[in-house]
Amino acid sequence: MTILFMLIGISLLLALGFLLAFVWSVKSGQMEDDYTPSVRILFEDKPHIKPDKSQSE
Amino acid sequence: MKVLEKNIQTACFHCGDNINGKALLFNQKSFCCVGCQGVYNLLSQHNLCDYYSLESSPGLSQKNPVSKVKFSYLEEEEIQKQLIQYRNEHTSRITFYMPTMHCSSCIWLLESLYKIEPGIIHSRVDFLKKQVSISFNHGILSLRQLVELLSSLGYEPSLSMHDLSKKKEQHTNRRLLYQMGVAGFAFGNIMLISFPEYFGLDSFSRQSFSRLFGYLNLVLAIPVFLYASQDYFISAYKSIKRGIINIDFPLALGILVMFFRSSYEVISQTGIGFFDTLAGLVFFLLLGKWVQQRTIDTLSFERDYTSYFPVAVSVLRGELEQTVPVTQLKIGDRILIRNNEIIPADAILLKGTAQIDFSFVTGENNPVSKVFGEVIYAGGRQVGGSLELEVSKSVSQSYLTQLWNSDHFSKQTESKIQSFQTIVSKYFTITLLILALGSALFWLWFDPSKSMAAFTSVLIIACPCALALSSPFALGNAMRMLGRAKFYLKSPGVIEKMAKINHLVFDKTGTLTQTSIAQINFEGAILSKNESQKIAALCQHSVHPLSKQILHFLGSSNSSRLLVDDFAEVPGKGLMGKIQGVLIFIGSASFVGVNLPSKTTGLNTHVFVKIGENILGKFIFANTYRANLSEVLNGLSVRHKLSLLSGDNDSERLRLAALFPLDAQMLFEMSPADKMMYIHQLKENGERVCMIGDGLNDAGALKVADIGISVSEDTAHFSPSSDVIMDARSFEKLSRIFQYAKNTLSVIYASFAISLLYNLVGLSFAVQGKLSPIIAAVLMPISSISVILFTTLATYLLARKNKLFNNLI
Repeated sequence: MTILFMLIGISLLLALGFLLAFVWSVKSGQMEDDYTPSVRILFEDKPHIKPDKSQSE
Repeated sequence: MKVLEKNIQTACFHCGDNINGKALLFNQKSFCCVGCQGVYNLLSQHNLCDYYSLESSPGLSQKNPVSKVKFSYLEEEEIQKQLIQYRNEHTSRITFYMPTMHCSSCIWLLESLYKIEPGIIHSRVDFLKKQVSISFNHGILSLRQLVELLSSLGYEPSLSMHDLSKKKEQHTNRRLLYQMGVAGFAFGNIMLISFPEYFGLDSFSRQSFSRLFGYLNLVLAIPVFLYASQDYFISAYKSIKRGIINIDFPLALGILVMFFRSSYEVISQTGIGFFDTLAGLVFFLLLGKWVQQRTIDTLSFERDYTSYFPVAVSVLRGELEQTVPVTQLKIGDRILIRNNEIIPADAILLKGTAQIDFSFVTGENNPVSKVFGEVIYAGGRQVGGSLELEVSKSVSQSYLTQLWNSDHFSKQTESKIQSFQTIVSKYFTITLLILALGSALFWLWFDPSKSMAAFTSVLIIACPCALALSSPFALGNAMRMLGRAKFYLKSPGVIEKMAKINHLVFDKTGTLTQTSIAQINFEGAILSKNESQKIAALCQHSVHPLSKQILHFLGSSNSSRLLVDDFAEVPGKGLMGKIQGVLIFIGSASFVGVNLPSKTTGLNTHVFVKIGENILGKFIFANTYRANLSEVLNGLSVRHKLSLLSGDNDSERLRLAALFPLDAQMLFEMSPADKMMYIHQLKENGERVCMIGDGLNDAGALKVADIGISVSEDTAHFSPSSDVIMDARSFEKLSRIFQYAKNTLSVIYASFAISLLYNLVGLSFAVQGKLSPIIAAVLMPISSISVILFTTLATYLLARKNKLFNNLI
């Protein structure tokens, strides 16, 4: 049964990891805007072709 | 209305507007104007035509191009400094507010800007806040060039005086999120650790494990107690100091008792305590708080004149024209106001023909003409040629800003309407304390060992978690429902006040009438094709809104290239000019030379037409009232008193009397201060008043009223500060919206009853001193979740029942 002590310790560490991940996500501003990323992910990245020389201005 | 539906033809590929007249063809696509075609051309050159495939016709009409001079002030070092957030040797970063942003194509294009202009390093959109943050290399691209590029694409950033008073970027409440994280973390883990205890550990493992689990729980609960729930203690302490008992008091008491009793049980090894209930309680409470704090980011309810006034204005110093920030404008400065610019301070007209559009101030769309020497109040927008003015009062001393800064604004006129929660929590807390003390005394008499347990159990189980959740969830959800009906609330609490309103006060112009579409009719001889073309040709030379509306009325088939000689526009009077040698007059009766009977007919504006010596007739611009106005007013008059306050004369009294109920008060020629006083008086008489208005002239009244609703044709644009911003198209829903507010209040009552029921069950255990942790641990989440589910579902179903919106989720 002593294995339980270890398992509890590990599970707590894991949970603590998730908490820290959450704190990081808030800190890095991921909770500020919960709409735009959902649209942004649908945009396709096309290879950037060099524009013609006849640029306006 | 016929006028509007006349020209259903091809739509512009760029902006989707119907094309009046001849379409411009380019790459087999049709465009409505050179501007739109130009944007398409620019995008196609840079391989950015994805813009058009994400959404159809996502562009913004380019028919009214922005003048180039407009942004010259951005060259000023001082203004740049105030606008740019961050700058090093190479790069600058700036955040623009862009009200025209509206779809996913906009996001895509604004984030692909670097492909068009190599000077732009990075751009990122926050769609809900309608902001774009751009980093650019200021060695290659100046701020002015950047703004001009954006404007040429149709995304003109809104730059106003407001941006100069650099406010810190508003972050969403991060502290609350951290607290929720901590509470959630503790809740989950304590639950997990407490499970074996609920199901009964066997005697063999009991000793070692239950000690470990107890201490682990204690450790996990400490941050919940000290960090996550600290706001409740602070709030409870503050309210007691003011002699009020709010809902946070029994909550804080419950948390406190729970923590100390559980700690005692764990340390003395008499039990495992209520840590799971504690963590769960705090987590749910914070969840409710979060739901309540989520407000509508896209709209700003605190806008004042500064968000409308320009950043800078051209000042004439000798012969030189200088750009000066508006805040530094001094009395005696000679300022130059161009077409479509706003007059930032009260000033005297020196030169030019002034046609001032005061729609921002009064809601009235037709420009007022001013002559030399007259004072023009700040807030008006010049329509037409350039003006030279002498500033007579500084910006902060001007008539309008004075009104804004008057006592009534700064003084927070607290509404007397108390929320249900405030009323209930007082009685609830008192009952709770009596009950807890009563059971403690009872047991002290019969079995002193149980006394403490009973006392603490009552405080724990009766902790009004479900009660504290019912209001936030019901109101928060109702606010979202109303948001879908284009009725945007400043905070969820407004709904409760709405339910208790008994007097509605309306403004007339812009609120009951529609400013955007005046109904036009032509009365008189039937116009021949040739005559129509002549009128159109003359009107094409004028920027006056009435001329534009006449042009629109005549339609594209009459657009002509007839040459006009000797064109003249007399401000406030009309237009004249010679076409094919014939003199044509279009304008007011006296200007054209018509003898009118002395009695003028109401608010309708008349524009007469004379070609040669023949008076052909007149265009009539009728003030149109909103659709279904009488139904809305009838619906509202069932439960509310109605009043009308108008700044105009009483020529419309008869027409309005037919729409309003008999007992409605109608007052005309009211100044902004009069309106404010009227509302103030109603409140003094004990009425609960809601003001519904639009322009800045209603701003005082909106603020003084218990609730101010500002009606806006375009919610992205200016509206005075208020509790509610309502899209004008939702006006017909107004009576159903008030009904919905009342229904929401009933939902709160019902959910309160549910939560009381749970409390009674729990209390019946607690007073007997038999409350076990498992009962608390089961009862608390069940009551919370059932209240959340009930309120959310009920508010949604009621919104559908009241037909606030049509589409399903």
